[in-house]
Amino acid sequence: MQIHKHDAIIIGAGGAGLMAALYASKGGADVAVVSKLYPTRSHTGTAQGGIGAALGNLDDDKPIYHTYDTIKGGDYLTDQHAAKILAENAVDAVIELEHMGLPFDRTSAMRISQRRFGGHTREFGKELVRRACHAADRTGHMILQTLYQQCIKNDVTFFDEFQVVDMIVVDGVCAGVVAIELGTGEFHIFHGKANFFATGGWGRCWSVTSNAHALTGDGAAIALRRGVPLQDMEFFQFHPTGIYRMGILITEGVRGEGGVLINDRGERFMERYAPSAKDLASRDVVSRAIYLETRAGRSIKNRGYVHLDIRPQTVNRYFAEEGKDRSDFIDDATVERKLPDILDFCRTYLGVDPVHEPMPVQPTAHYAMGGIPTNVEAEVVIDAAGTLMPGAFAAGETACVSVHGANRLGTNSLVDLVVFGRRGGLRMADYVKSVDWTDLPKDAGAEIQAEFERIRQGSGKSRPGELRAKMQQTMMDNVGVFRTQETLQQGMNDLAELRERFYNDLHIDDKSRVFNTDLMEAWELGCLLDLADVTARAASERKESRGAHSREDHQQRDDENYLAHSLAQHDGNWAAPSIQTSFDKKVDLSLWEAEIAQGIAEDQQKFRPKERVY
Amino acid sequence: MDVTFKIRRRNPDVPDRQKPYWQEFTLNEVEPTDRVLELLHRIKWEQDGSLSLRRSCAHGVCGSDAMRINGVNRLACKILVRDLGAKIQVEPILGLPVIKDLIVDMQPFFDHYKQVMPFFVNDEPLPADGRERLQTQSDREQFDDSTKCILCACCTTACPSFWANEQYVGPAAIVQAHRFIFDTRDQAGEQRLDVLGEPNGVWRCRTIFNCTPACPRDIEVTKAIGEVKLAIRKGTTVGIISPDAIH
Repeated sequence: MQIHKHDAIIIGAGGAGLMAALYASKGGADVAVVSKLYPTRSHTGTAQGGIGAALGNLDDDKPIYHTYDTIKGGDYLTDQHAAKILAENAVDAVIELEHMGLPFDRTSAMRISQRRFGGHTREFGKELVRRACHAADRTGHMILQTLYQQCIKNDVTFFDEFQVVDMIVVDGVCAGVVAIELGTGEFHIFHGKANFFATGGWGRCWSVTSNAHALTGDGAAIALRRGVPLQDMEFFQFHPTGIYRMGILITEGVRGEGGVLINDRGERFMERYAPSAKDLASRDVVSRAIYLETRAGRSIKNRGYVHLDIRPQTVNRYFAEEGKDRSDFIDDATVERKLPDILDFCRTYLGVDPVHEPMPVQPTAHYAMGGIPTNVEAEVVIDAAGTLMPGAFAAGETACVSVHGANRLGTNSLVDLVVFGRRGGLRMADYVKSVDWTDLPKDAGAEIQAEFERIRQGSGKSRPGELRAKMQQTMMDNVGVFRTQETLQQGMNDLAELRERFYNDLHIDDKSRVFNTDLMEAWELGCLLDLADVTARAASERKESRGAHSREDHQQRDDENYLAHSLAQHDGNWAAPSIQTSFDKKVDLSLWEAEIAQGIAEDQQKFRPKERVY
Repeated sequence: MDVTFKIRRRNPDVPDRQKPYWQEFTLNEVEPTDRVLELLHRIKWEQDGSLSLRRSCAHGVCGSDAMRINGVNRLACKILVRDLGAKIQVEPILGLPVIKDLIVDMQPFFDHYKQVMPFFVNDEPLPADGRERLQTQSDREQFDDSTKCILCACCTTACPSFWANEQYVGPAAIVQAHRFIFDTRDQAGEQRLDVLGEPNGVWRCRTIFNCTPACPRDIEVTKAIGEVKLAIRKGTTVGIISPDAIH
């Protein structure tokens, strides 16, 4: 097996990975980026509406307001210290992206333009604020391109189309990773002092998803199997506006520009669910509202979808009702200029022109709030006490800092990537100077090689495609927006049966070495099954409703018992694991505690967990 | 409806499959709104797991699944059955070495991309107030079209000049250079114009226009190449893009 030795190994080349690569190499570390996709294919590139930062270019804004919105949006499961860092660092990070050449849209004062987004307000919920910095409706594309360009400029070493399939842990220290070179099928070992997981989410556990096919949670599954607990896995965000049946994302920026959700009776139903923020309430609230409208028989043609309407005549009518100035009114050209990609998606896939017709939308599985637990320097944490796994780092969707708590605010995924990617990169640059190399075990890679041979040689009757489809359906039906003990149990039973077939009855058609995507997809299915299982288990253990986790049999938030992060621990048995879930990890409430220490009266405390109203 | 697929295949790893060959597959219950990518997945997941292709986002943004579909370069995730009919022929894109089935070697493509300095250059001191550099929205819109490029290679591998001469940097690399050449904040425009003024730069373009309809992002590729040619001829990037062309 070929061995590559670099100070820092970055696994995944999306926003978090590239940001970490840039800053670790600027800090003097010898960096290699290992990615199963060409970097510009990463899913960061599909993020549309914007990146939140309190620049205050159009409205008065401060990082503390962004912090508050992030904590409230997360239904108080957000770690408050981490949210403060997120909001404060966001300002510098966005300015740095502009300095790297990112082509943001501009205000009339030639500054970075900003738009409204769900849950982003000023003065602690007083009114919606323009905070999302945007480059048309392809902000993520611009971030990904800009970071990749800067990596080329800085001569960062890339191993493109190398898929990481295992991590090497020696006496509790992460000493490297094992990867398959997709073009040859050969195994390689990457020996690193620092190993940074930035592998993205696992939306492909569900049948209707905005996520790329590549989002199979490889990094989180690998870490889980090697002893890292996964945090807050029960919280998975369903974005309210996916294209009906296809799940392709329609940015919240549509509603940020004035678009409204309409049911079969022509009602703007969000007025009933969130009287103040209406269509720009947080995503969990809006997704639930769409399901409730559907249950009440008010979805369009009773088919489980609603209309998203950005037609200027509709938007301007509501603007007029709200007393907005005529200068805020939009016309066809505004829609074309501000939402070109959205128009393209609808015209291509639906034959619908949003300038003239409303778009059919339904909630779509979108974002994992949970993942590999880390501290604010992106160092991996392995227990409730905050013990580190030396050599292991993580950031982005695969990690859980936790800044998103029980529900992520729109734009905060991009903020998370650049803020914690950068912090992790800088931390790694210091870390690699301070530690010696950990020797690799002689049999490094042997176990995962054997696992791949098992999959390749399998002679059972089950195709990976069939098992995947069944997993996605049961997750959609039983571990979706609304949950009960009964549906979760059904989900766990189905997943157990699918795992049994995956380990004992699998076969693939392609036995060759070169670009064996049949083999890789089968292995990725194993990752998805593990993560689906942990999600369902954590969801069944959390007997309350909070943020994106909505239990119909436990409808209230229960701060007394569950104002805590869940940690799900795997016992290392790949084929038949035992998973233990605990709630011993307390939420960081430091901003609230500071208010108490300052003697601020309870009704004046901004950061006290209270009922969420939008 | 039923749809018949005819797919160009090879597998360098299997002795009797190393030479390219055609294989047919039939799919039932196809909807006119199905994407070609979904149908290729149905073939792979239900009939023959060895069918190999790249794909990721499945909605025309990541640029993984460029292929030649009924003779035209497309993203498989952005072309629907209703636009193609019941007989669909799929081949790898042309001009790059085929590795396996629909997967080609993208290295030469990315090497050309790297030739044009595809990164922002501005070595002047940052604004003293610690904030962003300033730019007007109309200056920003000068290069808006070329920022849409996703490096899928549909344009470059549709270009007869590239097929004839693999040393030609190709339309995609020129679009990437355009994105920086016409950005008022960037300072390396002259160096890029020098690279593109070389024999294997823009002058290999014979304005055949294959690149423009091939672009899944609707970038006016030939126009962008023309603007770069004009900038080289005039020795300036100012006044090339008319204000009328901007929204």
